[in-house]
Amino acid sequence: MDTNKDFDEGRLIRRCQQGDSHAYGVMVEHYKERAYYSALGLVSSHEAALDLSQEAFVRAYRSISKLEPERKFFTWFYQILRHLCFNHLRDRARHARPFSEINVEEVQQIVDTSQNTEEHIEQAEMKTAVWRAIDSLKENDKEIIILKDFQNMSYKEIAEVLECPIGTVMSRLYTARQALKSKLEGYFDE
Amino acid sequence: MSRKLTSRERERFRILLMAKIDDELTTQESGELQQLLRTYPELEKEWNTYHKLKEVTNTMALKSPPKEVWDKYWINIYNRIERSIAWILVSIGAIILITWSLFRALESMLADTQLVPFVKIGILLALAGFVILIVSVLREKLIIRKTDPYKEIQR
Repeated sequence: MDTNKDFDEGRLIRRCQQGDSHAYGVMVEHYKERAYYSALGLVSSHEAALDLSQEAFVRAYRSISKLEPERKFFTWFYQILRHLCFNHLRDRARHARPFSEINVEEVQQIVDTSQNTEEHIEQAEMKTAVWRAIDSLKENDKEIIILKDFQNMSYKEIAEVLECPIGTVMSRLYTARQALKSKLEGYFDE
Repeated sequence: MSRKLTSRERERFRILLMAKIDDELTTQESGELQQLLRTYPELEKEWNTYHKLKEVTNTMALKSPPKEVWDKYWINIYNRIERSIAWILVSIGAIILITWSLFRALESMLADTQLVPFVKIGILLALAGFVILIVSVLREKLIIRKTDPYKEIQR
């Protein structure tokens, strides 16, 4: 449905505001992966990420009349998505899962073929430990690490979606990585 | 004798360190970072730790869902939107029908000469109380919705 060449966001937003569901379909096609992976990074569950990202699109459609056409859709949409994800995490925290149930399966490891089996196992263990540590971080710390390290967003893009200055992004990243490092004591210390 | 790192320099180092490992450093900032590392060799340890951590996260990625997920993604959203519109219409229709039924019931009750007056008064008072309750709850919800900065947060 979507081709980047024809993607004129401002025009599509105006059409969506006039009730054109086909235009909204084009917007969804354009942003669905970004939305899904943002949610997956935060909630660590395929089913929940799928449900929450789709629900965010439904809510965004209902409120699209409030979006100013000059504003970027994803920046606005991301606020809806993160609220839904954080609410989901709070609900889940009330029904706390055992540590062993954290869904490590949602992270794939990019295989380094130059490694021998022993090195590979060691690396796999380390990655599992890193993902568990990320998953146990505070919501805001986890979010910024997901946006930077798993969504590969630039500082400028992160600043846009989190609606804060680039300097704040950098200091928040430092705080988040510091928290991550302390959870991984022994793995990375010299 | 080596200089002592000031808190301002430490803050600056942390910012530059993040930008370096995320490949967002300008040439000038890169020179600034190198200068800090030369002046304060103790910073090397911190640099190595974060660099290693970044190397590990660089080799991790979130798992892609099956292809069918993407194929059905928009249609699922469309169905949800369609159903939510259907629910709104059903709710409005139900409210109209219930209101009309109540009105007719009230009308026939008041016209019923066999019903004793105090029963009629009792029913009217109960109905008036019910209407006031509904209006009060709706008004409260609307005011909270308009003024609550945390309306998106589920309590």
